[in-house]
Amino acid sequence: MLKRLMIATAALSLALGVGAAQAQEKFKVGFVNVGPKTDGGWTQGHWTGVQMLEKELGDKIEVTFLESVPEGPDAERAIEGLVQAGNKLIFTTSFGFMEPTLKVAAKYPDVMFEHATGFKTAPNVTTYNARFYQGRYIIGQIAAKMSKTGTAGYIVSFPIPEVVMGINSFMLGAQSVNPDFKLKIVWINSWMDPAKEGEAAKALFDQGVDIITQHTDSTEPLKIAQERGKLGFGQAHDMYDAAPKAQLTAIVDNWGPYYIARTKAAMDGTWKSQASWDGLAEGTVKMSDYTNMPDDVAAAAKDMQAKITSGEFHPFTGPIYKQDGTEVAADGVVMDDVSLLTMDYYVKGVDGTPGTN
Amino acid sequence: MRIELIRRPERSKAMAWLSPVIAVVLTLVAGALIFAASGIDPLQGLYVYFLEPLTLPFTLSELVVKAIPIIIVAVGLALCYLSNNWNIGAEGQLTVGAIVGSLLPILAPDFQNVLTLPLMLLLGIIGGALYASIPALLKTRFGTNEILTSLMLVYVATYLLDWLVRGPLRDPQGYGFPGSRTFTDFQVMPTLIAGTRVHLGLILVLVAVAGAWFVLRRTITGFAISTLGQAPRAGAFAGFSQKRMTLLVFLISGGLAGLAGIAEVAGPVGKLDVVISPGYGFTAIIVAFLGRLNPVAIVVAGLVLALSYIGGERAQIVLGMSSQTGRVFQGLLLFFVLACDTFILYRVRWVKPVHAAVAARPAE
Repeated sequence: MLKRLMIATAALSLALGVGAAQAQEKFKVGFVNVGPKTDGGWTQGHWTGVQMLEKELGDKIEVTFLESVPEGPDAERAIEGLVQAGNKLIFTTSFGFMEPTLKVAAKYPDVMFEHATGFKTAPNVTTYNARFYQGRYIIGQIAAKMSKTGTAGYIVSFPIPEVVMGINSFMLGAQSVNPDFKLKIVWINSWMDPAKEGEAAKALFDQGVDIITQHTDSTEPLKIAQERGKLGFGQAHDMYDAAPKAQLTAIVDNWGPYYIARTKAAMDGTWKSQASWDGLAEGTVKMSDYTNMPDDVAAAAKDMQAKITSGEFHPFTGPIYKQDGTEVAADGVVMDDVSLLTMDYYVKGVDGTPGTN
Repeated sequence: MRIELIRRPERSKAMAWLSPVIAVVLTLVAGALIFAASGIDPLQGLYVYFLEPLTLPFTLSELVVKAIPIIIVAVGLALCYLSNNWNIGAEGQLTVGAIVGSLLPILAPDFQNVLTLPLMLLLGIIGGALYASIPALLKTRFGTNEILTSLMLVYVATYLLDWLVRGPLRDPQGYGFPGSRTFTDFQVMPTLIAGTRVHLGLILVLVAVAGAWFVLRRTITGFAISTLGQAPRAGAFAGFSQKRMTLLVFLISGGLAGLAGIAEVAGPVGKLDVVISPGYGFTAIIVAFLGRLNPVAIVVAGLVLALSYIGGERAQIVLGMSSQTGRVFQGLLLFFVLACDTFILYRVRWVKPVHAAVAARPAE
């Protein structure tokens, strides 16, 4: 009975803020995620970043990592719950958390928020994303060199700018090697659905595609590629172990350095709202080992990777045309970030319209 | 010793009310065991899960927000189940209500005046009711099983919503992301308590509960519902039409589900989105039975179920427990309610073992 009373009192005093002095010893950082940390893709990428963060800052911080929070009204409560539990810096890692994050942020101006992949900021809300399109240009070039049929398959989730940008970057890379390169696109309307992704991969191979890439999170397409003796690229994580004979390389998310930098900034008071969009140069995007390809193809890929990293080359350098021939970037002109982040059209050479199979 | 279940001559009134209470207690005990098995102090676990949310203004208000759609749907389902009609598809009716109600703010965004929200709510009710009339008419016309048809229509509704918010109703300024434009001003449910998300839906809950109570206790329709539910033949002799009743209760429960849907979309969700309900239509079935199909008791049951959601989130934040804990508790609760309900119709008898010698004697 006494113990129960003690626990109740302790919990109550914590709730009432009596324990605030104790809570201030550690800086509390919260993460709100749409999937489980073992999804093998997006959320696991963030979890890996969090593990790096914990390793770096150790006992100075306390991390709460919420999993499988549904996008929508429940997210708002989860985010506000983290605020109430004393978290001072909160990362929300899915696009669907944009509005809930902004709503809670407006209520708590002293708490810092970071929303991944969104486009709306506030004085205490930063957006962050990675320049995955840089990697897509490199794999586009590899695909054009490795494909015997001159046709690649692309399994995609939602027709949002991020995804459309990736398709265009891949195609621009491929066209730089083979101007007549063809692309077959399958929309599955999900970030992660191994069954659908696998079916899409099979259908693409049946249609004469011999290399696939994806903007979805499971390893299923690569496994199918290996079964069929075809090739493909990993997404978000190094998927080499799932298909050692099929993976050419993978575009890897590496959030750790960003999380460490932002948490340190928040702790020493230098945190400012920004729209952060890092890539190969900052190490947020990485390419895994180039495998299953001739040495000269690998060497050219490494060379392109170095050029993009140093800033010598930008994948979206003109001339770039829309499908109907309208020029969106003149010869030698680099498209600005806003044009990229609102991209809702295919470049010339890609058939169909975004979102339609 | 062995246990035998003996059928009671009549339903036990005491057990009918005790059963949910016993079920909640058993859930707490099982919960304590789960906490202990996860290496968490069971008392602290139960405190964080079930009591702390009732002590903080933030969680308390969220509890109400969460319970609003569940209770509105459950009240309608209670009328259905009392009359022996099995509408399992409230989730679909909720979805269609949300869609139909949202058409006004999406297609006519500039129609902004005091009539906007009432019209949206009305459209939501009509949408849900019409969608519920499909399984009702299939049952009365062709004798189909309404459990099956209403359940299957849930998936039709979910995919309809999915298609609409990715296609025709998508926000043109949304950069290709699925979801309609965000509702504003007169298109959203007004907040009742400043600083919280408690919205007009709370009033709708009270109206729905009072209305259902009045219908059941004070009207011929209410009498017909319980008569047809308990003794269909007696109801038929009294001149009540089984078919008209089926249609009526499906329209009511569908309408209320539709109301819950549009209230949710115009309330906490704020727009027609890919996902607008984490299964409120199904949770409401548990709530309806936990509340003994009594409108007033359903309010309590709805709050208990909402607590299982909110507590689950608290346990994840404070104790670092898995996000699935809440679902485990809901499953336990439903299991114990159904198990305890056995004792309404049966009583337990301890039977002494038959004499060993007699039992062992070979058949002659």
